Amino acid sequence: MSGSQTALRNAAILILLVLICWQLLYWDVGDIALRSPAQTLSYVGTLLVGDMIWPHLWETMRAFVMALILAIVSGLTIGFTLGYSRSAAQTFEPILVAFYSIPKITLYPILLLIFGLGISAKVAFGTIHGIIPIALFTMNAVRNVRPVLIKTGKVMQLSQADMVRTILFPAALPEIFTGLRVGFSLTLIGTLLGEMFASQSGLGFLLMNAIGLHNIDLIMAITLILVVFAATVSSVLLFYDHKLHGQR
Amino acid sequence: MSRPAIYRLVIILGFVALLEVLCLTGTIDVITMQPPHRMIMDLFAMLSSGSLNAAIAKTLSNAAIAFVLALVVGVMTAVVLYRFRLARDVLDPLFATYYAIPVFAFYPLLIIVLGLGDAPQILLGFMLAVVAVIVNTLNGLDRVPRVLLKTARVNHMGPVETAAKIMLPSAAPYVLTGAKLAVAYSLIGIIGAEFIMSRGGMGYEISFAYNNFDNATMYPLIILILFVSISVNTILAYWEKRLMRRRGQG
Repeated sequence: MSGSQTALRNAAILILLVLICWQLLYWDVGDIALRSPAQTLSYVGTLLVGDMIWPHLWETMRAFVMALILAIVSGLTIGFTLGYSRSAAQTFEPILVAFYSIPKITLYPILLLIFGLGISAKVAFGTIHGIIPIALFTMNAVRNVRPVLIKTGKVMQLSQADMVRTILFPAALPEIFTGLRVGFSLTLIGTLLGEMFASQSGLGFLLMNAIGLHNIDLIMAITLILVVFAATVSSVLLFYDHKLHGQR
Repeated sequence: MSRPAIYRLVIILGFVALLEVLCLTGTIDVITMQPPHRMIMDLFAMLSSGSLNAAIAKTLSNAAIAFVLALVVGVMTAVVLYRFRLARDVLDPLFATYYAIPVFAFYPLLIIVLGLGDAPQILLGFMLAVVAVIVNTLNGLDRVPRVLLKTARVNHMGPVETAAKIMLPSAAPYVLTGAKLAVAYSLIGIIGAEFIMSRGGMGYEISFAYNNFDNATMYPLIILILFVSISVNTILAYWEKRLMRRRGQG
């Protein structure tokens, strides 16, 4: 069996195992607190056919995509700037690392006070989750580009922009891609977390609302949708990540 | 002090000073943010009056329970997985995509199954932290020199003894990396859960203060949480660096 076939087989076994555990747990806990995989799937079907969930799904997606774009653009900018200058990197890297490890949810009330209760607070919160890994990975990637490549560029008298476009970016791409992959998941987590804490629409809001109404069908269906979405996209990104790293 | 450290200090102090000026001149209004010196004064008043000691103790002890559970279960799981290749191969895609999954989305479910007490919060912190421990411990076990394993076999050590006396000490720096991440994750899990829905703890107090426009409580608590998590991380990072250096890998 080739590598990717083995990976697919393992993923299939894993999904099967998760479904079996879920079903066993359901038989143990019962209808008061859980739904079976089959019930949840059929409820997801009902949700997707109906029109209750779509505005919320759309709202979450919109906030997430805006946050992701902001995180990527500013993360790459910070990463390239720090990757270029050794002293700037030494000064700012510990700040970035410290910021990476703090529970950022504590900052959400401040963002809410600044931006108000709306989509911009969510976007800002998603962005601050995603920006740091992208910046850190990009910085290390640029710093580790082989010096001979940079010297070649200097000999050819490339301008700063050409240097980034034709040498630094392609050489650092695999590492940058890893950063983007991590940034993708953290931005999603940030956006949802913000919605769960305080918002008036979106999947996170719907989830918290469902607790209040003790609507287990809805909780399980939304959780399933989120997990499947995150796991699928992240697996695809991981596949390309391995592919990019394998090339060199 | 090294040069970058001085620059860093100057930048941070400058930023705080800027906030102070902006707050005092009224560019940032009082409802949004208090001037930094007020936050520090409020923090000291809060700590000395002891009004929030219960919340602080609850959060930190829950985080500690989640962390210890994650460390113990994580290391044991890693040792077992190291022995069973097939199980590890099957779980590998889970580990690879685990942190992409918004674990907080499971919190409502945990509340419904376990009730709104400490249990769902601790479980959430544990769930966030344990995979970091497993992945890093496995990474360390993969790097145990083969000669050490052979020595264990020559000395007729059983699998448990080999794990306790040879493999884990040899993998210690990597386990510590996992532990460092686990501290951060268990704090994030506990505080995040308290924020979203709970009956007490620092996260709950911040969100309560936010809902009541009580900035005199909210900002000091935020500063306290940032201070605790940054200092714990700095200490662990320092320890990790020393362990690595002692082995000539730093």
